[in-house]
Amino acid sequence: MLSCGGGSGGCSKDMAVELGDEPHVLAVDDNLIDRKLVERLLKNSSCKVTTAENALRALDYLGLGNDRLEGTVSEVNMIITDYCMPGMTGYELLKKIKESSVLKEVPVVIMSSENIPTRISQCLEEGAKMFMLKPLKQSDVKQLKWHLMKCRN
Amino acid sequence: MELVQIQRRLVDYTKSLFMEGFLDAQFLQLQQLQDDSNPDFVFEVVSLFFEDFEKLLNELTIALDQPNVDFKKLDSHVHQLKGSSSSIGAQRVKNACIAFRNYCDVQNIEGCLTCLQQVKQECYLVKNKFETLFRLEQQIMASGGSVPTIELGF
Repeated sequence: MLSCGGGSGGCSKDMAVELGDEPHVLAVDDNLIDRKLVERLLKNSSCKVTTAENALRALDYLGLGNDRLEGTVSEVNMIITDYCMPGMTGYELLKKIKESSVLKEVPVVIMSSENIPTRISQCLEEGAKMFMLKPLKQSDVKQLKWHLMKCRN
Repeated sequence: MELVQIQRRLVDYTKSLFMEGFLDAQFLQLQQLQDDSNPDFVFEVVSLFFEDFEKLLNELTIALDQPNVDFKKLDSHVHQLKGSSSSIGAQRVKNACIAFRNYCDVQNIEGCLTCLQQVKQECYLVKNKFETLFRLEQQIMASGGSVPTIELGF
């Protein structure tokens, strides 16, 4: 089940994904099995995948963390994150990303095992591109990739 | 036993697992993610699940053994297990976790203890089923055959 936010693409030219390129997705989830599953699903959709086990690690990877790795920030075309995570939630991670001038155009997808309408609208209002219900299926990821590829001029 | 017979047995056995509610459609998703470049994907994920389960079981037992049970902590562990079981299609385990969470919500210790036993039982049951499934697959591979894919009507 997918919920989508916004009418326009919301992606800048710099973040455009050319057809034929492998989009680089950062997948954040504290659950090991879910990380493995989302990684496989994304790789099957020809995406390059980096996983992070919590929001802080994700922020470090994105160059937004306290342990800023200057000059080693990888370009990421999309971030997909679990909502319920210990420490910083996926929602809080979303906010941090949207606050960043460098990363605010990167589409963020939130996943959750719980279908809570207020949670969904909260995330979409904060700028999440999509909200997906777990467990993820191949068809969910294919739709996701289609949306991602659509963000190009 | 003939290859064809083992393949038939695997198909029937897998179907029975769906019929009996041990597995749901999410397991098919896992199987579809397995291919020549990832021939052991299902086995790997299922193995990870049971490794994780043992750790969670330990945490749950400890949490329930405390003089003042921290229901929030308890719930977060069950939430993890619910998530993992749901992701691999272990339906009965998932349902047992849902019941467990309900008791956590109302802070009912007796209910939680019963649910813990239930979850444990369902996990070991499905573990057994998976072991049989993998054994049959191995027999097929060893005989040079290919593992048949399951088509479900529902």
